[in-house]
Amino acid sequence: MGRRVGLEVSLACAEAVKLCNADVIAAYPITPQTHIVEHLAELVAEGHLDAEFVPVESEHSAMSACVGSAAAGARTFTSTSSQGLALMHEILFITSSLRLPIVMAVANRSLSAPISIWNDHSDIMAERDIGWVQTFAENGQEVLDLMIHAFKVGEDPRVNLPVAVNMDGFILTHVIEPMVMPDQAEVDAYLPPYKPSQWLNPAQPISLGMVGVPEVYTEAKKANLVALEDSYPAIVEHWEGFAKAFGRSYQPIESHRTDGADTLFVTMGSLGETCMSAVDQMREDGRSVGQVRIRLWRPFPVDDFLAAIKGAKNLIVLDRALCPGILAGPVATELRALLYAKGVRPFVANFVAGLGGRDVTRTDFVAMLDKAEQAAADGQEITCQMVGVKE
Amino acid sequence: MIEVRFHGRGGQGAVTSAELMALAAIGEGKYAQAFPSFGPERRGAPLQAFLRISDQPIRLREKIYEPDVVLVLDPALLASGGVKVGLKPGGTLVANSSKDIAAVRGECGFKGRTAVVDATKIAEEELGVPITNTTMLGALLKAAGLIQMESIKGPLEERFGKIAEKNWKALKRAYAETKIEE
Repeated sequence: MGRRVGLEVSLACAEAVKLCNADVIAAYPITPQTHIVEHLAELVAEGHLDAEFVPVESEHSAMSACVGSAAAGARTFTSTSSQGLALMHEILFITSSLRLPIVMAVANRSLSAPISIWNDHSDIMAERDIGWVQTFAENGQEVLDLMIHAFKVGEDPRVNLPVAVNMDGFILTHVIEPMVMPDQAEVDAYLPPYKPSQWLNPAQPISLGMVGVPEVYTEAKKANLVALEDSYPAIVEHWEGFAKAFGRSYQPIESHRTDGADTLFVTMGSLGETCMSAVDQMREDGRSVGQVRIRLWRPFPVDDFLAAIKGAKNLIVLDRALCPGILAGPVATELRALLYAKGVRPFVANFVAGLGGRDVTRTDFVAMLDKAEQAAADGQEITCQMVGVKE
Repeated sequence: MIEVRFHGRGGQGAVTSAELMALAAIGEGKYAQAFPSFGPERRGAPLQAFLRISDQPIRLREKIYEPDVVLVLDPALLASGGVKVGLKPGGTLVANSSKDIAAVRGECGFKGRTAVVDATKIAEEELGVPITNTTMLGALLKAAGLIQMESIKGPLEERFGKIAEKNWKALKRAYAETKIEE
């Protein structure tokens, strides 16, 4: 049933890739890289993982090498952060369009300028539309578990899509904490060897990545959209399978003390844990507040979200990235559009918190609730309000 | 939950101290977090590391602002003004200094419970280098408890291999020599 260990979360992520028996790891090994691929390089060099480790000269090359590797039918992993993810940009679309089940760990970090190596979600929010399955982890255990789930989902013949597992840079990746490390046999039983439905095989030649003339391009894109939407049942099914195999269950949207709550925080990633503690404290103080956490970001679990917020009068949507030129963060922009389309009309307050490594505390959550309740009562708008900004 | 802030300089092993404590606590079945003051690591620059230990799962990702314990690896940092910031009035200061407790209190301005040991001297004699991170864990264990002393042995061995024994000796000596005033 696994063993309880204390481990840096980056290393736990690497250990998960080892447990998943990745065949190829292609990565740019220096800044803005994390310990994830450093540890994988060690595991390969010391013979603990039988894989090709390809240290390439840029993240653009890393993702390109991953495309080749996955197209050849190998279980393929990479990891990056911040500018590195940005440098992969053009290849990310190709990966999903070619239906290649690469798994990537993204240690979410801010984009320059100013130069920053600290945490926020500006890297992944610039890649919302790459057509990948995207999940967010809240702690080290979730990083481990979501990595194993990512390979299972991506390689499901109903899915055949790349999967990005997001984990907050530093705030998660550099922390030592306890977690349960699954046994190899458990992982092997959950995740059998990868059997690609098609691959570049000289004996049975196929072509990948051909020209899409106007007569077929729209249809190809439609097929991509449908593929991502249709991945949802497999994602949920494999979380259910994960719960049976490992005893830890995950949902696309998770709720914390939402029963009867007037106001709900909506969080993603590591903010979730601090928010949870703040909500517990505020509940004790008699505040009518709960929390909804978005674990599955793509495909967005619309019905789960609507069910989770049902009955709430106010939502406080946290963003850890900006959409310059439109006054709301990316998560709030999407949720407001969704709610509008579905005819659901809670008051939506949008705060931007934790940019470039700025700490977000329990006190900040209390202040956000105070402001949101006041604004709702006064009929005032709160959007893209930056928590703790010095003006 | 007990929260500890470590003050040291890049290269002195403050982060390692926090990590070893977390691993030892986790080994005892407790919950723990250890993390650095995130950022590029620069040798010689003042830095902080953080530790939480609890009997319950820790659902917090904020920094530590009001520590129960502050541990100072480098005597030159005592007078910098930063070490007593946020330290709870009923908390404990654990300092590496060759001076006595009254002098340490004078330097850092904290008047509460104070533990002092000359860790630099112990580290030089036991390890041959003035790296005080493992030595100071002896002082921390004496002043704050937190975990059983034996629990740190495994993490020490995993981290330091052949020189773990020397570190263990330095730690135990610091435990014996640490002086505490309420």
